[in-house]
Parts: sequence; structure tokens; C-alpha cells
Amino acid sequence: MSSVLKISNLHVSVGETPILRGVNMEIRQGEIHALMGPNGSGKSTLAYALAGHPNYTVTEGSIEIDGVNITEMEADARARLGMFLAFQYPVVIPGVKVADFLRHAVTNVRNPDRKEGEGLIGMREFRKEIRERMTELGMDQEFARRYLNDGFSGGEKKRMEILQLAMLQPKFAILDETDSGLDSDAVRVVSEGIAKLSGPQMGVLIITHHERLLEANPPQYTHVMLGGRIVETGDASLAHDLHANGYAEIRARHPDASADNAKAEAAAV
Amino acid sequence: MSTDAPVKSEKSEVEIGAYKYGFHDPTENYAFKSRKGLDAQIVRQISEMKKEPAWMTEFRLDSLAIFESRPMPNWGGDMSDLNFQDIFYYMKASQEQGKSWDDVPDDIRKTYDRLGIPEAEKKYLAGVKAQYESEVVYGSLQEDLAKQGVIFTDTDSALQEHPDLFREYFGTVIPPGDNKFAALNSAVWSGGSFIYVPKGVKIEFPLQAYFRINSQNMGQFERTLIIVDEGASVHYVEGCTAPTYSSDSLHSAVVEIIVKRGARCRYTTIQNWSNNVYNLVTKRAMAYGDSLMEWIDGNLGSKLTMKYPAIWLMEPGARGETLSIAFAGEGQHQDAGAKMVHCAPNTSSRIISKSISKKGGRSSYRGLVKVHKDAVNCRSNVVCDALILDPASRSDTYPYIEVEEENVAIEHEASVSKIAEEQLFYLMSRGLSEAEASAMIVTGFIEPLVKELPMEYAVELNKLIELQMEGSVG
Repeated sequence: MSSVLKISNLHVSVGETPILRGVNMEIRQGEIHALMGPNGSGKSTLAYALAGHPNYTVTEGSIEIDGVNITEMEADARARLGMFLAFQYPVVIPGVKVADFLRHAVTNVRNPDRKEGEGLIGMREFRKEIRERMTELGMDQEFARRYLNDGFSGGEKKRMEILQLAMLQPKFAILDETDSGLDSDAVRVVSEGIAKLSGPQMGVLIITHHERLLEANPPQYTHVMLGGRIVETGDASLAHDLHANGYAEIRARHPDASADNAKAEAAAV
Repeated sequence: MSTDAPVKSEKSEVEIGAYKYGFHDPTENYAFKSRKGLDAQIVRQISEMKKEPAWMTEFRLDSLAIFESRPMPNWGGDMSDLNFQDIFYYMKASQEQGKSWDDVPDDIRKTYDRLGIPEAEKKYLAGVKAQYESEVVYGSLQEDLAKQGVIFTDTDSALQEHPDLFREYFGTVIPPGDNKFAALNSAVWSGGSFIYVPKGVKIEFPLQAYFRINSQNMGQFERTLIIVDEGASVHYVEGCTAPTYSSDSLHSAVVEIIVKRGARCRYTTIQNWSNNVYNLVTKRAMAYGDSLMEWIDGNLGSKLTMKYPAIWLMEPGARGETLSIAFAGEGQHQDAGAKMVHCAPNTSSRIISKSISKKGGRSSYRGLVKVHKDAVNCRSNVVCDALILDPASRSDTYPYIEVEEENVAIEHEASVSKIAEEQLFYLMSRGLSEAEASAMIVTGFIEPLVKELPMEYAVELNKLIELQMEGSVG
């Protein structure tokens, strides 16, 4: 049976500021969804709220995986249930080697009932696996010995996110502007990487401003976010249309959401 | 690829958040215990007990007068609860110093067993001094080193057995008038290590001193004097622990080091006092031509630590280096740092400081780089870095730079203190628990510093940090 990520009437605030105002979405394993929208519409907020960032407070609504309510769960518990967020701005952790970190993460995600302090997955099998994944992603083996994201270029950081995705094999992957700030070669590598990894076992939510990522990973659904809610949902052609024509028509069709979005954009400046 | 052990591979037997060394021994059988409080009579009594020469009694009494005349420092940490009259200034737990662990009274020997000292001695130390309350209760030194003229003894014995060498250097690096707490130590000092390394002798394995406070309201005032003669080298390591009591104890040491031409000295401290100890320590080294002095200073314990190991670079080619790490948990304030004073041309110094604050703990970096007039072509590099694990904790940086000479290169980098929230979230979103994630962040943060330590101490420091971290998550 394929798993379902169900987002119902989700309201999220950061501090006192409401950002999401009732988001509904359903993603099944094997599906690719695109999430688009102008700046300040709440795309990254949705990504953080799904992953369980403590500064993003759910004030109403729920997030469920296969009927299990995860709205109040910590980020690590969600990861163990199969949630993954590829960060727009991956965090630098000095002094922590990629391999050490990933061996820990992989152990926890594959053995969700592991108690703290219990053994990690075998070194040999882990090494073999990470080597294979790095080769597939065209990454230098040296990466495993480097400190996590420390001194990485923008492209290297994004590739590191994809390597983590490959190793953790989540049920649901949210890619938050994984293609932003990259040159065209890097975008190609990342797009192909995602195309290789996604399949019947993975539901993917791609947040993007650009079209190239979607060309390699054509979405079955495209959602448009404005003023903290999903105002329209269509197929791949909607994404294409937005790239060609921008958000003017969407704003005109949804004046209330457009007004909320304008407020958020003004606040961000 | 790295095959390193996981951040926390096994659970220690210790209770979560507990201080491992908080136990204490009975005190009824002590050989001598002074009354509480401080005055000239107590100072005379200490000097008489130790059968000291008249000059030392005078030195002590003069120092007491300086201590009494100086105001409490109005900077650094909060010392308003520190009552100098509520402290025992001298306690002698056993009559004689042991030459073998079998000579040490049972209770005390067991304490050092629990601290793992005899075991470490067998494995990788060239000599050991164990100080318990005011006096050194055990001492050893490898025979071949003694034959080469190395002296490693307690400071009281050095005064009796090597009076000329002692008097030539004692109080020359840190005179009693240096600061209020140096004056206090000079008045009531007891124990500590005395080391002399003759010309050209290189001691391969570390010499270790272990300081233990056992009684409530105890004041420990050890006095250490290290002389590394020309071309010689030594690595000295000190560790310190104390029981956890509801009332406070005071540790106020003075450490003086002379590193002569072409010599090397490395002084490593792993300070792990319980959270009711005021740790107010003055440490200074004078480094002569082409010598190298290194302080490696780890502050994990105590209620308040104020300690700024200093190096005076006295002649051309002298180098000074300080690696300092401070960990401030609940109820702790670590006010630590370093001082580098360039008194001669072509001298260089480096300070690397890292601090971690969690659960409302406070850490401050306080450092001084001073370049005297005519000390041309000096180089100094200061890097300090702070990690704050939660919004309740605090970190401050107080860098002082005084340069009287233009032709010098001074670099100072202080990274903005940042709360580790985003790092925590990033690791947790990959399935690591909060405890695993914080331990990993902290271990990574201090990694560059731990790399500099000899293996055994790196392991020890990592273990202590893990213990500190265990209490960090509710």
C-alpha cells in the first residue's frame, strides 16, 4: 500500500505573524508535485513546518502520514517516519565529518526504534553504500571525509543534500529551491539526481522558481501558493504557463490572497 | 573514509546530568585542620607547620597585607557570595607523603583510584603528584629522569631541599602585588608542583599533577613553579576535581613558568571542579629567546572561573601559544582567555579560544595582546569562537589590544556568537535526536582543539564533554 502525506487546513505562524492560512494537499508515494508562488507566499514556511522546525508553530490544522498525526512531533521523529527536507540553505556543521553524521542518520532512520547509545549500522556496508551513491551522483569520494557543508560551494551543498536524500531514502522528500543559486551544470546534476532517486517509493514536493528542475522531473500536480494558501492546482502545463506569464493573472483572480501576499512581501523588505 | 566511533557509542554508568566526581571522603582522621578564616595568626601557623625559613614567613605576611589592602575586582564574575572568613585555609589529610600508592591512606588512595590516576601513571606518565586538600600525598618520578637531574617535587619540599634554586625564581614571574588573588595565594600557598628540567633534557612523557579538594568550604592554594632550562622540554598536565557541596569552596593557584633559550614547555589543564568552586587562578610564563611556551587550558567545571594564562615573550624568537576551551553549563560562569605580552622584536603569539554555553551558562573570552615599544616585527593571531546551545545562555568577548609599536602584524577574528538552533534542526531533520545532535555539534566545534591534544587527553576531554552534554536535554 502506498503511503500518503496529508496536509489539512494547515495554519502556521512564525512568532506572532501568521504565514500559512489553511493549506490543503495530499501527496502519495510515487507522485511528483510542484509548488510555485511569488516571494512571501509561504512556500518555505510550508517546507519547514512539514519538517518540524521549532520556530514554525502550527496554530490550526494537521499533518498526517498514513493517518498518523505528526503535527506535534519533533523533527527527528518525523525523519524516522520517512520525511525529508532538502534545505534551500544547508547548514554548516564544522568539525563533523559527512560520513560520521550520515552513518548516524542512516542508522536512526532505518532502525526507528533504536535507543540512543545503541550500535550503529556496520561500517563496511555503510562505506560501500555511500561510495556507490557518491559515484552515481558524480561526487568525489573525498566528500565523505569533509566537514558537513564546511567550505562547500553552493553546488556542493546542494549535491550533499541529494546524497543525503539518496542515503536516507525517505517516503516523502521536500525540495526547497534545490535549484536556486546554481549554474546550469549544477542544476543538471541535481535534476538528474532527483530523477534517478524518485520513483514509486518516493513522493516528491518540488518548490521552485525555475523550470529546468521540472523538465527532468515532470510533476503530475502543480500547486500555486499565494498569501499563505494554495489558490490553484493544475498539471505540468500550469507550471509551464506560470514560467511564461508570471503571477499577474493569478493575483488578479485571487485578490484576497494577493493582498495578504503583498503584506508579507512588504514585511520581508 | 572516517571510521571514527559514534559520538556516543555507549552509555556511561553515570546518572544523567550528574557530576561524576562529586563524592567525598570522611575528614575526621585528618592530621591537621586550621580553624576557619584568615589572619596573620593563621598565616604564621601555616608557615610554622611547614618549618619554613624566616624569609618565607615574612613573604607570606607581606602578601597578606597586600591582599587585605586590595579591593575585590569589579570586573569579571560575580563574587559577592565569596566570604573569605568562611573558608579553611589549610588542611593536612595525611602525615606523610607516599612514595608508593600503598603508603597513601586508604580513603585517599581509593579516591585517586576512582579518578584513574594510578592506572594512567602506569600507562603513559613520566611522573605524578597527587595533591589532596593542602598537601601533596603522593609523588613519583621515573628513575632515569631523576638521574639526569630532573626535579619534580612538591613546592614545599623544594623550598626545603633546593633552597637556592627555589629562591632564585619563586615570586619573580608573579609577584604578590600582581593582583589580589596572587597576594592571597602568596600568603597561604601550600603544595603545588616544583619542576626543574636541566639544560638539554627532553622529557618524552608528560608529568601529571592531580588536585583534589575533599572538604566543604575548603580553600586550595597550590603554588607551582616550573623552570625549563636552555634547550630542554617538558609537558606538564594538571587535572582537578572536587565533591559537590551546597556551600562554596575556593581554589586560587599561582603558576609561574620560566622557559629559557631554545626550550619548550607545554602546560595542559583539564579543570573539572564541581559547580560550587570559585576558581581564581593566576598563570604566567616568561619565554626567552627562540623558546616555545604553550598553554592548553580546558575549563569545564567550577561555579566561577577567572583565568587568563599569560605569556611574556622576553627575547627575540620567543613564541607563545594558548588554546583555550570553556564549557559553561547551568549556574556556571567561565571568564577565561589569554594574555600575550610582546616585550622583544620578532616574537610571535597565537590564541585560539572556543567556548560553549548551555542551559543558562555564561562564558566570556577576555584576552590581551600587548606589544611594547621597539618590539618590531611581532606577529599575533587571535581567533575566538563561541557556541551557544540555547537562548537562555550567554557568551561575551572582551578582546584588549595595546600596541605601542607600528611595525607589527596583529590579527583578531571573533566569530559572531550564534545560537546553534539551526544546526540542531538540520541534524534532527535527518533523524538524530536532540541529545545526539547537540553532542555532535559540540564535539565538532571543539574538534580543531582536541586534535592538538595528546591522545589520552583528547579522549578524556571528549568524555568530560559528553558527560556535560548528557544533562543538556530535558
